[in-house]
Amino acid sequence: MSVLVYTENWDGKFKKLSFELVSYATRVAEMLNTSCIALSIGNVDDAELKKLGSYGAQKILSVNSDNLKVFDTQNYTEAIAQVAKNNDAKVVVISNNNVGKAVAPRLSVKLKAALAAGVNGLPLSTNPFTVRKRAFSGGAIAHVVLKTDVKIVTLPQNSVDVTETPVNAEVEKISISLPEPKTVVKDVQKQAGKLLLTDAEIVVSGGRGMKSPDNWGPLVELAELLGGATACSRPVSDEGWRPSEEHTGQTGKIIAPNLYIAVGISGATQHIAGVSGSKYIVAINNDKSAPIFEVAQYGIVGDAQKVLPKLVEAVREIKGK
Amino acid sequence: MKILVCISNVPDTTTKVKFTEGDSKLDTNGIQWVINPWDELSLTRALELKDDGNTGVKSVSVAHVGLSSSEPTIRKALAIGADDAIRVNADSSDAYFVAAQLAEVVRKEQFDLILCGIESSDYNGSSVGGMLAEFLGIPSISAVSNLKIENGQVVITREVDGGKEVVTTPTPLVAVVQKGIAKEPRIAAMRGIMTARTKPIKLYEPVPVEIMTEYVKYELPKPRAACKFVDAENPKQLIELLQTETKLI
Ligand SMILES: Cc1cc2nc3c(=O)[nH]c(=O)nc-3n(C[C@H](O)[C@H](O)[C@H](O)COP(=O)(O)OP(=O)(O)OC[C@H]3O[C@@H](n4cnc5c(N)ncnc54)[C@H](O)[C@@H]3O)c2cc1C
Repeated sequence: MSVLVYTENWDGKFKKLSFELVSYATRVAEMLNTSCIALSIGNVDDAELKKLGSYGAQKILSVNSDNLKVFDTQNYTEAIAQVAKNNDAKVVVISNNNVGKAVAPRLSVKLKAALAAGVNGLPLSTNPFTVRKRAFSGGAIAHVVLKTDVKIVTLPQNSVDVTETPVNAEVEKISISLPEPKTVVKDVQKQAGKLLLTDAEIVVSGGRGMKSPDNWGPLVELAELLGGATACSRPVSDEGWRPSEEHTGQTGKIIAPNLYIAVGISGATQHIAGVSGSKYIVAINNDKSAPIFEVAQYGIVGDAQKVLPKLVEAVREIKGK
Repeated sequence: MKILVCISNVPDTTTKVKFTEGDSKLDTNGIQWVINPWDELSLTRALELKDDGNTGVKSVSVAHVGLSSSEPTIRKALAIGADDAIRVNADSSDAYFVAAQLAEVVRKEQFDLILCGIESSDYNGSSVGGMLAEFLGIPSISAVSNLKIENGQVVITREVDGGKEVVTTPTPLVAVVQKGIAKEPRIAAMRGIMTARTKPIKLYEPVPVEIMTEYVKYELPKPRAACKFVDAENPKQLIELLQTETKLI
């Protein structure tokens, strides 16, 4: 028996998200009195693989195959399913990101395993196996019983702590035979080196109250000074004021930074649906009755164009820049 | 090419949900039901492709697993422009069950391209599209933000960390769509509403499938601490509070 965690890599490197997943899977394994096995797919060197042991993975399996170079949902599902079966995995943990959302449901059918997407913390109980999960786009939390022998849970980014429980993990290279992928990649457009919105711990976000695409200077500067990323509300991205990958909310990105600073955003339900997992929300809005203040812990009622430069100045001061 | 759009019937996205029976059931009192926003955008894109005329799209159908109470949502999809609809007559509480029913529909009706939304706004399962593809043993592409048909081939743009990839797979295939697939949902015109009344809704009885998950209870999110206001003349104080109280900057 085991708990299997799939740890994706980015150009051969893991990131905080990977360690959150392993920390979580290790806790689940403890609850089940078993051990945590991590699976890595792709070209990752031994030193990097060993890092997963620091968070409790007792065995680290590494698969590298030409037929896994392209992200093909069928081949990835097959690879994870084979490893899950060979290791008698009772719980499979995957990130609730693009890759997890693509693979977990296929895996659920392949393994006949109940799936809970976007779980909130550790299982409430292991028998019956009950988890809390996001429902109604953040409007509620559901308690769901997963009734099958094998279970799959997907974990939202930045929703659990990274905990170090170093073990002397063994790294094992395994091979899996797979057909040629059916997915063919024709073109890739990637921006290298940019902090991903989903990875950012601080996010500064602008809404229609920013008034014009020309007013974003101080907002971007504030985000940069804080080491954060920028985001926006849907109308802002629809108008083309900001790139569409910044759109947060129910129909855009769902993020959970430690600090979300909403500037000129009214706080519509559909916007909050994408940011309600943030640890702290700060609102800057000239309308003191704007609903954003109902979910914010800190607020300034004022004109964004006047407040933002002063915030930039204050941060510069404390950062000595 | 025949396109199928799978639609889910969800509470209007502004609904403040409440629960009954010891917080174990959604209180449906006063809820307005709508087509899941993603599915509405999928349908819009499917109709754009059909209208284009050069894509070889012959028909756009919608399928829904639900009881007769969700027929207004199906009629709305027909009013927006779907040619016909299929309803599998069963309660749709478990994604695995729903996907298995849809798989049966696809096997019988033979679609080339199946569109599903990245999640339903009620149970946020992100499940049905991928499950359906696995039941059928066909490719699925997720995080789809653009979909074209070029020389009979489906050409898909999908979101990946830090950018996009343009990909193709053989058909039949399931595309799981998200932001970007269509700009605004298409709105039913008066003529569409009239003709929707006469368009066929084919009824399927469900095939027996195991229920894998059970929703036993709901909680409302914990209310957040009340907002502390800082004077707009002195925003520096906000930065100081964030430093001392949240320790994040
Ligand atoms: C199905 C559906 C899905 C949706 N999905 C999303 C989604 O994913 N994300 C999303 O964001 N929205 C989404 N929406 C739209 C949502 O309902 C709101 O319309 C949108 O969030 C409003 O954006 P906003 O806050 O930028 O603009 P507004 O609502 O126009 O708010 C602007 C705010 O700025 C304030 N303001 C004005 N001037 C100033 C100033 N000088 N200084 C400071 N403040 C100022 C105003 O008081 C106001 O509160 C969705 C809607 C639907 C129907």
